[in-house]
Amino acid sequence: MSVNGQSVSGDVEPRTLLVHFIRENLGLTGTHIGCETGYCGACTVHMNGTSIKSCSMLAVQADGAEISTIEGMADGDNLHPVQEGFWERHGLQCGYCTPGMIMQAAYLLEQDNAMSEDDIRHGLEGNLCRCTGYHNIVKAIEYAGAKMRGEEPAPAEWETSA
Amino acid sequence: MTATMGGTTTSAMGGIVRRKEDPALIRGQGRYVDDIKRNGELAAAFVRSPFAHATITNIDSSAALAMDGVRAVYTIGDVRHLGPLLAQVPVGKLRPLLADGVAKHVGEAVAMVVADSAAVAEDAAGAVVVDYDPLPAVIDLKEAAADTTKVHDDLDSNVLVTWVSHDWWPGVFDELEDHRPAIEEAKQRDDAVVVSLEMTNQRLIPVAIEPRAVLAEWSHGYGTVDLFSSTQIPHALAGAVAKTFGLTSHDVHVVAPEVGGGFGCKLNIYPDEILVTFASKALNRPVRWTETRREAAFSTIQGRGWVATATIVGTKDGEILGYELDGIADMGAYSQNFTVAIPVLGLYVAQGQYDIPLAWSIKCVATHTQTTDAYRGAGRPEAAYYVERIIDAYAREIGMDPAEVRKKNYFSADAFPATTAIGLTMDSGDYAMSMDALLEHAGYEALKAERDQARIEGRHVGIGISSYVEVCGFAPSVLAEFGFGWDHYGLPSSFSGSGLVRVNPDGSATVIIGTGPSGQGHKTTWAQVVHDQLGIDYDKIRVSHGDTAESPMGVGTFGSRSAAVDGAATFEAALKVKKRAADIVAHLLEAASEDVQFADGGAHISGSPGHKVTWAEIAEVAYKPHKGPDGMEAGLEAHAVFSPGNATWPFGSHLAMVEVDADTGNVEILKYIAVDDCGNRISPMLVDGQLHGGIAQGVGQAMFEEARYDEDGNLLSGSLVDYPLPTAGDLPSFDLTHTTTPTDVNPMGVKGIGEAGTIGSAQTIVNAVVDALAPLGVKHVDMPLRPRKVWAAIQEAKG
Repeated sequence: MSVNGQSVSGDVEPRTLLVHFIRENLGLTGTHIGCETGYCGACTVHMNGTSIKSCSMLAVQADGAEISTIEGMADGDNLHPVQEGFWERHGLQCGYCTPGMIMQAAYLLEQDNAMSEDDIRHGLEGNLCRCTGYHNIVKAIEYAGAKMRGEEPAPAEWETSA
Repeated sequence: MTATMGGTTTSAMGGIVRRKEDPALIRGQGRYVDDIKRNGELAAAFVRSPFAHATITNIDSSAALAMDGVRAVYTIGDVRHLGPLLAQVPVGKLRPLLADGVAKHVGEAVAMVVADSAAVAEDAAGAVVVDYDPLPAVIDLKEAAADTTKVHDDLDSNVLVTWVSHDWWPGVFDELEDHRPAIEEAKQRDDAVVVSLEMTNQRLIPVAIEPRAVLAEWSHGYGTVDLFSSTQIPHALAGAVAKTFGLTSHDVHVVAPEVGGGFGCKLNIYPDEILVTFASKALNRPVRWTETRREAAFSTIQGRGWVATATIVGTKDGEILGYELDGIADMGAYSQNFTVAIPVLGLYVAQGQYDIPLAWSIKCVATHTQTTDAYRGAGRPEAAYYVERIIDAYAREIGMDPAEVRKKNYFSADAFPATTAIGLTMDSGDYAMSMDALLEHAGYEALKAERDQARIEGRHVGIGISSYVEVCGFAPSVLAEFGFGWDHYGLPSSFSGSGLVRVNPDGSATVIIGTGPSGQGHKTTWAQVVHDQLGIDYDKIRVSHGDTAESPMGVGTFGSRSAAVDGAATFEAALKVKKRAADIVAHLLEAASEDVQFADGGAHISGSPGHKVTWAEIAEVAYKPHKGPDGMEAGLEAHAVFSPGNATWPFGSHLAMVEVDADTGNVEILKYIAVDDCGNRISPMLVDGQLHGGIAQGVGQAMFEEARYDEDGNLLSGSLVDYPLPTAGDLPSFDLTHTTTPTDVNPMGVKGIGEAGTIGSAQTIVNAVVDALAPLGVKHVDMPLRPRKVWAAIQEAKG
């Protein structure tokens, strides 16, 4: 398969999950495991342009696929707009759900970079965060959407306060 | 909107900077325990009891040991000599490291398998054959309190301790008045209104998104243990491991790297941390264990779990004459770190913001379930829930606006420092100001009109409000003798804070703190504090934490204590550095030390900003003492330990507006508005972040979450399928506003914000839902307010 544009291969036990292959075989530990049942979304990656939960797929099912992980999002020092949004809008605290959140958000914005708050919230329902209450994650994604549209993001709440 | 509505902020406070933590985390480069590898690692897995109470008649490990790659299978006989798991408040039955003859809750670890990989260890765990004779289990709190079935034969009763408000700490608070007789008398008054409700504050599973993980490497050659653990208390863990294995604390090097959420559940010493250390020592290999999500419900503590009856007696015009709370709190089978002390934290804030007589009695009861301990708020959300729910019921009973009833009974602003019914002193507060700010910001009268109009249209809209007072940074030092210290982990100490500030020879600064954060942003906040004091560029300050080998003794991150205690210590360390640096600057610029001012990456002489030196120049002199004043101490660093004279007492007022679909019981939150006061704010951005997350957890309790056991002690909600957390789609954006009432307990005037949102929110939602359903005759619905339960309450009220 191809991961972040690099061709990779490996022999695995049939039961090896894609997330384990990514983390253990490839050493890409930015993709996290939070539940192993597909509910928390910490393991979200892109496969052939679609966001998927890598804990709910066997590595062999991804044979020949194009995979993108959090490590492939930034181009050198240039952060992906979603990464930038999370930093600028305090979209993370402990950071454990963050790679999955960023991958899901990037996928959503690729479909529609002018999503409403409601659509963003529903688009994130498969990704759980226990720290932020989602408020600033939504703001981060709105920031990224504006950047991707070539617009100036709305100022942060703390910039407009007294 | 965020606004400062009162008080003042110092220049130290209020800055907005991007977090230092984030660049690694947003690139997937954050290093959590499972991302750290050691050569030659083995992996552990546990065999767990399927029964809540059963005699273990035989354990046959032979099939497991015969499997390829299996290195060892350990049972209690192998580790009994290490004693039970150490607990800081050792009241009740301490947990054996592995089940000792009898399993006492579903999921209790019975054996540990160590193998070449986690997969082999899991397979082998399934091949260990354990014979059980099931015994009757007691799960229901009232049955447990009545000792219908004993959890531990060698204890007199399942009731481990009963916390009573006028007698909670004999020997220290001996002069407390028992308000019960006066409250009973008040009930007999002609104008008395007595309102009483039995309510459940259900058990919760903390669910940090990073499961717990631990990696131990014992070095026989160096005589040390390296321990990587997803813990909130690295120093306490080092102490506990040292004490268990007969080492000194500095032989145990604990690293809490990135910790993926804690919320109290990583504020514990766990048997797995001891057991992988034991296995590493025995097998001379690093040993790792990582919890699965399903396993976490059995291997990590749970929180809350109270059933209690709250009673208010008051007059018809809203004067509260007394408040009683009598109930039972679920401790689970074994006592761990603070287990039986958690309800005491509720007792701290039992009377809420109200200057009223209090009679409070909570029995701490053992059951055949997983241990309970600190979960975000730890006793305080429970206490706030009961007092704020019953005051709402009382307001409804006498037909008075719930905000008015609250305001009528608050401690007045001039009562501070105010003494509570249990003898504690609350530092500062202005509760009426907070409520007024909430009502004004929310547009309370307009919301009520909107609600009433909705009702005319046949919709079920309700408004709920709640006040709360929180207590952070437990102090004073004498509380260590109550159990709030790390004495039982071999580190006699109170919950003081520590910070070390070092100016390096190139003029950059390194700050080392003893706490181990789990998302709170300590690297950012502490850098702000030091930047503000010394003027060293924010980008040239690096903050280290969570490593016991390099940091001064630290208590840990919990109880919303870090800023108010460890932050204050770092502030004081920075002041010490500043004083020494001022002498250097005075020498270089030929001026008096007291005229030196630090700003913009260096220092200048007051009144002559052009007369300046950079931090690099100051540092060079510090490390080349021949260039400095005679007798100067070389180097430039300082360590401070701060032991506050009191806790801090944040407070706030929350409001929710909800709509209930009476046909389905579904609850929708229309608005959530909060006014919180945590004293001065170092980073308003991070304060709001803590509030958003804290409120979401309180809403989670109110609407979704419940650790539900059946009568045999099977956990029915152990996965995220049946233990739903709030998702982004379930929540609205919360509208946050602040008031600022500084404290004089620490030099920065900061109080703490980590738990406030959780303490203020669950009852706000329930009050709103009950308000929505009151026209139908509903007086109370127990959490979580899932549709089926709300619908059933509506049907019951309709008759």
